[in-house]
Parts: sequence; C-alpha cells; structure tokens
Amino acid sequence: MTDELVVSGLEVSIGTKKILRGVDLAVKQGEVHALMGPNGSGKTSLAYTLMGHPDYRVDAGSITWKGENLLGLAPDKRARLGVFLAFQYPSAIPGVTVASFLRNIYNAVHAPKPAPGGGENGQVPKYTGIPLAKFRRMLEEQMALLKMDPGFAARYVNDGFSGGEKKRLEMLQMAILGPRLAILDETDSGLDIDALRTVAEGINATLSPQMGVLLITHYQRMLNYVKPHFVHVLMGGRIVMSGGEELSHQLEANGYEWVREQVGEPEGVADEAPEPVAEHA
Amino acid sequence: MALPNPALSQLPDNYKYGWHDPEMKPLHLMKKGLSTAVVEEISRIKGEPKWMTDLRLKAFRHFEARPMPTWGGDLTQIDFQDIYYYVTATDRAAQSWDDVPDYIRRTYDRLGIPEAEKKYLAGVGGQYDSEVVYHNIHADLEKKGVIFLGTDEALQRYPEMFREYYGTVIPANDNKLAALNTAVWSGGSFIYVPKGVHVDLPLQAYFRINTESMGQFERTLIIADEGSSVHYVEGCTAPTYSTASLHSAVVEIIVKKGARVRYTTIQNWSHNVYNLVTKRAVAYEDAVMEWVDGNLGSHLTMKYPSIYLLGERAHGEVLSIAFAGEGQHQDAGGKVIHAAPNTTSLITSKSISKGTGRTSYRGLIKVYPGCKHSKSTVRCDALILSDEARSDTYPYMEIDEEDVTIGHEATVSKVGAEQLFYLMSRGLTEAEASAMIVNGFIEPIVKELPMEYAVEMNRLIQLQMEGAVG
Repeated sequence: MTDELVVSGLEVSIGTKKILRGVDLAVKQGEVHALMGPNGSGKTSLAYTLMGHPDYRVDAGSITWKGENLLGLAPDKRARLGVFLAFQYPSAIPGVTVASFLRNIYNAVHAPKPAPGGGENGQVPKYTGIPLAKFRRMLEEQMALLKMDPGFAARYVNDGFSGGEKKRLEMLQMAILGPRLAILDETDSGLDIDALRTVAEGINATLSPQMGVLLITHYQRMLNYVKPHFVHVLMGGRIVMSGGEELSHQLEANGYEWVREQVGEPEGVADEAPEPVAEHA
Repeated sequence: MALPNPALSQLPDNYKYGWHDPEMKPLHLMKKGLSTAVVEEISRIKGEPKWMTDLRLKAFRHFEARPMPTWGGDLTQIDFQDIYYYVTATDRAAQSWDDVPDYIRRTYDRLGIPEAEKKYLAGVGGQYDSEVVYHNIHADLEKKGVIFLGTDEALQRYPEMFREYYGTVIPANDNKLAALNTAVWSGGSFIYVPKGVHVDLPLQAYFRINTESMGQFERTLIIADEGSSVHYVEGCTAPTYSTASLHSAVVEIIVKKGARVRYTTIQNWSHNVYNLVTKRAVAYEDAVMEWVDGNLGSHLTMKYPSIYLLGERAHGEVLSIAFAGEGQHQDAGGKVIHAAPNTTSLITSKSISKGTGRTSYRGLIKVYPGCKHSKSTVRCDALILSDEARSDTYPYMEIDEEDVTIGHEATVSKVGAEQLFYLMSRGLTEAEASAMIVNGFIEPIVKELPMEYAVEMNRLIQLQMEGAVG
C-alpha cells in the first residue's frame, strides 16, 4: 500500500468561527500538490489542522495518513508518523542552539526514548540517541546542501533570524527529519529571489519518490522551481478548483477573481477571514 | 509539624531522591524542641571551648527575642518545638568511604558522590543529618596547606584561625534564622586556601537529611587568602516526608586581596523542607566573589547570597536560578553592597514557575557615598509556564553616590501555545518541549557552570518538567 494522506469532508472552526467548510484532498507519496488561494481562504488553517494544532476544532470529516486516523493524535505523535509542517512564522527558542535542537528533534522522531519502567528491575538502559559524530556528519552535509554557513549551527533557534534564515532552517529541519509527508506553509513568503532559489533547491534535494508534499503558496513563483503534479485552489474554506500545473499559470495570469467567475462566489463567504455565519454560530 | 499544604504530600512526585535509610540507628538523638539546655547539650557533646558555648547561648537569646520575619514566604507554619536539633549517625568523619556505615555509603553511592570524587573533585565532604560523616581532600592540596574539614573538626584543630574569622561576616544577631543557626549549628565545611594557592578542581560538600522532622544547621566558613582561588560546590537532598523539615545554614566567606572564590549551590531538597539560609561574602581589593545559586527543591526557600565589596576594584557576581513547581515558593535573589570605589557587580536571575509554583526575585544594590566609578548591572528574567504560576520582582536600590553606573532590566515571559505547538510538531512531547524552552531560558547561566554541573542542572530541570505540564 502506498502512503497516502486522505482528507475528506473536513470542517474546522476556531472558537465559533468556521474556517474550513468541507475540504477533500488526497496526497499520495511521490506527489507534489500545490494549494493556492487568496488571503484568509483557510490555507494555514488546513496546515495547522493536519499537524494537530489544539486551537483548531474538527467539527466534521476525517484525516487519515497511511490508513491511520490522525484526529485526536497530538502533534508530536503525528510527527513520529512522518508528518512535517514547515511554518510560515516559526517560533524562536532562545538559548537552544540549532545543532542541539536538530539533534533533539531527530532523536524525538527517529530514536525516541524507551518508555520508563521497562527493563529489568525498572532499570531503563542508558539513553543516548543518535551518536554525536554521526549526527554531525549528517548536519554538515545537509547544511552544505542548503548553502548554510557552518556557524549557523551554533546560533539560537530562530532568535534574531531574518525571514530567509528562518525559512532555510525550516528546510534544514525537513532534510534532517526526512518526513514522508511535508506540508510547506508559504515557505516562499518573505524571500528575495536568491533566497527563494536556495530554499527551492533545498526542497528539491529533499524530495523523494517516498514523500508526499502539500505546498501551500500564495503566488506562482515557487512553482517555477518546485514542479507540482496537482494544483488546488482553496477559497472560502473549500477546494473549489483542481488541475495540473497549468492551473497555477492560469491563476498567475488571471488572478483569483477569475476563479470566482468560474465557480461562482461560495455562498455566504467573502475571501477575507469569513465571519461566522448563523447556522454555525 | 504538618505541612501547611495538605495536598503537597499527595502530589505526583518526580523527585528522585526521596528515599530514607530506615537502618539508621542514631548515636545521638536529642529529643525534639529547642531550649537553653538543648543548646548547651549540643556544645557539650561536641566538647567545644567556652567561648563557643557562650556565643551559642547569646545567639539563642537573640533568636528568642526577635520576631519571625513577615516578608518573603509564609513562615507561620514552622513550629520550632517540633524539630530535632541534633541527630547523628556516626561519631567522626571518615576519610575513606570504606569506613562510612554501609547504609550511608549506599545512599551516597546512589547520589553519585564517590564516583564524582574520583572523576573531577579535589575534595569531598558529606554531611548526614547533624554531623559530617565523610571528609577527604587530595593529598597534594593538603601539602600546599589547603585546609578542607568539617567545621566542627576545624574548630578543634585550628581554634585560633577559627575564632579570628567565625561570625565576622554574619554576626550572631544578624537575623532570626542566622541567630538560630549560631545557637545550634552543627557540621558544614571549613576551607582555608593559603596565599597564592589555586585549587583547580572544585571542592564539594553534599548535605543529606535522613531523619523525619529534622533540622539541619550546618555552618560553613571559607577563607581565601591573598591571591588564591577556590571553587566550592554544595548539593543537597532529603527524603520526602509528609511532615516538614528545616534547613537553616549560615555561610561566611572571606575573599582577601586579589583572591577569587566561586560558590555553587545546587539545592534540590525534597518538597517538605523549609530552606532558610543566610549566605554572605566580603571581598577585598581586586578580589572576585561569585555566587552561583541554583534552587530547584524545597517547599519554601528564602535565600539572598550577598557580597560586600570592601576593597577597591573588587568584583561580585550573583547568578541565581530558581525553579518553583507545584506548591513551591522560591524567594531568592542576591545583594551587593558597594563599599569601595571602582567596584563592580552583576546580578543575573532566571526564575521559572510551573503549576502553582511561585518565584520571587528579591535583591538589593547599595552604593555608599564616595564609592565613585562603581558599576552594577541587575538583570532578572522570569518564565511562567502556567496560568496559576506566579512571579514577582522586588529590586531594591540604595545609591548614595552620584558618580556610578547602575543598570536594571527585568523581563517576564510566558511559554506560548505557538512555541509549544512548533516544538511538538517536531516530535517532542509537551513535557520535552517545555523542558527545551526552559533549558534555553537558563542557558546563559548554565553555560557558566563546569560541564558536570551543567549536565546535572539540565537533568534536574528535565525531571522537574516531567509529568503534567501547566
């Protein structure tokens, strides 16, 4: 069986505000899906819901990954199942170096601590995780691939980073963790053209036939570097249009207004952060 | 004495040092309670000179005369008559672990002390309830004239030097708890480092309470002679009991001209211990005094390591880390008194409160008139992990000289839901994610510690973070 993410009939709200209104989407391994849409259409909400953000309440529908129900699983459990989210706005963790952080998250996903209480006389074998030398080699290789200065590893995670540095660190994390499903949330935003190219090359270097990608973007420019197999348009909390790579060019040429003309304005929904409507309040 | 918070004994406890040794048959177990007779009896058992007995009795009168402090933490539940003031397991400090009773040896093995001694320490002292049960120092340091003894033994062996310095930094009437310590003190470390001698590896003392309702009152006196240096480290743990214990130490340090002393504490008492300690150092010309004060355990800690900068260009630093978990109150900080020109000081405080824990930073910077070109910086950062946790800052400044540079910065931050989500999306559990944020928060202080203690500090934080978060 191939690894597959299946989202069906997904409805999500924050508080009393309905954000997603029935999303259907399937991402198989080896496929790159681009998810496009205007501001406030629910793209980031979908990404957060897939990763298990506690503020996003699933009202209806399902999310399965490799046939397993993801709903109800904490974000760390999803990560250990191979799901990865590259954040649009990653958090800073002052005092924690990039190298130490990466080694910790590598161990958390690939070499988690044995549960306490196991072993003879309740003694848990000494936990070490990935050997330091082996990890260093892996880190050096991946950083070279992303054209990162070696001194980067000694800096504190996202603390005082520029927009481009943050995005690069997201890509470095993805490369280190080697996920089976990567959700990239506006990884192109805030990047100048050179940084965009570097980051895109990093994505392409990490891509593999085993990995599925959901690439969320506002603009077409990222797709010049990372070629999607499928393009979807999210509008008003629903996927209103799907197609091949050519759809992204049509969007670039005609704008989202063109989509509205094609599919009609979704009922009761504006494209800027919809207010809750009566039946969902 | 029952604990003020009955819920405390029912809390899920990640404390790993809460065992006690039921085999202990006390050599001396003075009945509970405090009186002139108890003070005299302690002095008699120890065979002390008359001046010490008299000083104890004088201190006891100070203790009785003074009211309990009403600031800081809640001290109203302490019942001084419901405490053992003198409990001993052995009658002398062994110089070899083989000569320490087996059950005590086992406890110290579990705490990792003999192993640490072999690896990276220049000398070790071990106190068990009231008395020092083990004391040893590298032979080469002894040859250089370094003295590292239990305080009682030092009084017997070096009576003149002892009397010259004892009580000069913290007099018997300094405060109620210091008066209590002076009246009933037992154990502690005595260190003398001769002129120009550098003790390269740390000297460590480990304080262990075993008996329920115990009061531990060690007294430590450190003298670093001109141009010398020493790093002293103390650790402490106790069994978890449902009744309260009291730990009330006094530490006096004299840092002479051009000398350097670092005093590191990793305080990890069980959560039924009241930890009320007076620590003070005097630093002379060109001397450097550093307190590294880590408070993770206890029910309530009130401790403000102080430095009196008495000579020109003396420098003082206090690095304070406090962690208050469920039901704990850490009232910690530091004081620096600038009493000479061109003196400099730095106080850095990092506090973390979790669950219903409470941290308070309490500090004082005082500059006397005429102490020109003095510089002081105070920085306190608080990290709050839950809605019920509390953090307060009480920074006092008494600056009586114009020509000085004083800086003060304070921040309070809360671990955010977005930060946790970010880390959890990378496979870290909620506890691991919080621990990583906390470890990052204290990193600027931990990186100042020798590697072994940095590892220990991170491990203790990790333990504190396990289990329910927030």
